[in-house]
Amino acid sequence: MRRLFIASMLAFPAFAAHASTPEQRGLEVFRQVCSSCHSLNHVTYADLGELGLSVSDIKAYAAQHEIPDGLDDDGDPKTRPAHPSDVIGSPYLTAGMARMANHGGLPPDFSRLAMTQKGGIRRIIDILVSYTSPPEGKKLPPGSYYNTAMPHLHIAMPPPLHDGQIKYTDGTNPTVPQMAHDVGAFLSWAGHPHLHTRHRTGLFVLSYLAILSGFLFVLKRRVWAKQTKKLP
Amino acid sequence: MTERPQSVSTWLNTRLPILSAFRREYVEFSMPRNLNYLWNFGAFAVVSLTLLILSGIFLALNYTPTLADAFSSVETIDRQVASGWLIRSVHMGGVSMLFAALYVHIARSLYYGSYKAPRELVWLTGLGLLLLVMITAFAGYVLPWGQMSYWGATVVVNAVNTVPLVGKPLASWLLGGEGLGNVALHRLFVLHFVTAFSIIGVIVLHVATLHVTGSNNPTGKDLTEPDQTVPFHPYYTTKDGLGLCLFLLVYAALIFFAPDFLTLSDNYVQANPLITPSDITPEWYFAPFYAILRAVPSKLGGLILATGSIVILFALPWLDSSTIRSARFRPWLRVALPLLFLAFLALGLAGMSPPSPFWLWISRAAVAYWYVYFLGLLPMIARREQASRRKEHF
Repeated sequence: MRRLFIASMLAFPAFAAHASTPEQRGLEVFRQVCSSCHSLNHVTYADLGELGLSVSDIKAYAAQHEIPDGLDDDGDPKTRPAHPSDVIGSPYLTAGMARMANHGGLPPDFSRLAMTQKGGIRRIIDILVSYTSPPEGKKLPPGSYYNTAMPHLHIAMPPPLHDGQIKYTDGTNPTVPQMAHDVGAFLSWAGHPHLHTRHRTGLFVLSYLAILSGFLFVLKRRVWAKQTKKLP
Repeated sequence: MTERPQSVSTWLNTRLPILSAFRREYVEFSMPRNLNYLWNFGAFAVVSLTLLILSGIFLALNYTPTLADAFSSVETIDRQVASGWLIRSVHMGGVSMLFAALYVHIARSLYYGSYKAPRELVWLTGLGLLLLVMITAFAGYVLPWGQMSYWGATVVVNAVNTVPLVGKPLASWLLGGEGLGNVALHRLFVLHFVTAFSIIGVIVLHVATLHVTGSNNPTGKDLTEPDQTVPFHPYYTTKDGLGLCLFLLVYAALIFFAPDFLTLSDNYVQANPLITPSDITPEWYFAPFYAILRAVPSKLGGLILATGSIVILFALPWLDSSTIRSARFRPWLRVALPLLFLAFLALGLAGMSPPSPFWLWISRAAVAYWYVYFLGLLPMIARREQASRRKEHF
């Protein structure tokens, strides 16, 4: 059976190696687009295993990044390739550098954004698909872009997504709404760690307790059945 | 000549009679037969506290009490530590379950007069436990060093600062002089531990005083006839067991399917002293007291009324001079006391809502009723009851 499975995987490599879930596609968008400005300060490369990435893919992804590694004997800063146990972190070395590169604004960290953003994922997707060209005569503050989802109709983030901007490995058509929804799925996964395991464990625990409650109900009834006199 | 070989239990019991004490207090212990399910909530509180302490030990193993690492160490627990998410959820959900159990437990005491003679010490140790639990919960909430941790602590520190003469020195002495910094965070971590473990000691006192007088019951009358009582085991072990299982069902539903329901998402943003959140909201269990703080225009006045609302409970056994315990036989109290519960709930809702004139006046009315009840209504009702009792005697 196992050999059959491996053989089928080799016969149809698209199933084995290529993105297929929204979260996996969202990771592709993150790697190619978002991660040039936004950080994932609390998610490690190894955590991506939960999305179905193989160990070798994770190692290869981590190894692409050089991270600070203290000082060498001459006092010069050293770097090393990241390990899977390192956090994905920020593309910038400091918050100050991040601000300098982004007109003074700090691109928010992605780790818990799904949770801390008012309106959650739906709001983030809404912002991503609401860039249009401003109506004539509309004056925008310098360094900001027209976005109909924002209360004041402008946002500091340049439009990050464009149709056909990336190439999905599973062949999905990379339209802006498609990429926005995939990024949303990825952020949702990052913002609620171990949600699937949580629900699976929860179902087991609840059924166990429900059955135990049934037994205890019968036990209690049988024990108290001896007390027939009316209660005071 | 050697002695006859003894069983291990006899050997142990003749040297340290814990087995016979356990049998006396938890197997044969005589309990009123008519306790309803509200009498389960003490057991619920003990079980949630046990789970809190056990999960807390494992969290402490992975937590770093420094400004630089506190937030990310909690994230690491939630993400990378094996089963860390589960242990942290048990701990976070446990606080809410403990407070819920305690509030019901206290409300039951108020309704059935369990605070009255001869159980005054049960009541006083219980209130001491409530205070300790509150201090522990406050200190614990600061530890993840999110926005609400920081700003919630700021509200409390500011409140302490308003106390004349002692306030400022006390606050700077407790926080180590540099405000809410590294030293303060480390101290709050230690305080969280110390108070958590001292709770166990006070529980022993609480239960010991209870076992001297025995449990009250819904009638409030002393039940001593043999057919009015049952042994603790198997009657209340099974009844508590069933209740406990249902309690755990709610607890589990909460932590597995609604983990974000009882926590504020703002606390997943790292503390930033430069950005005040748009509205600082406490966890639901502190909301009634926060509402009192907010309802009073003067900071010091708010602090006095908020702490006073609990302090006044310590005087309760002496404010209520009626010899009738259960509200079942106190028609006036059956109206006045549910209104008190309503006032507490209203304060809770007010504390969780953004401050608006509507909620402000609701909380003012509620806090006024709280004090009127304990200082005016209850003593008056008690006096009337005693007077009519004396009339019956003539």
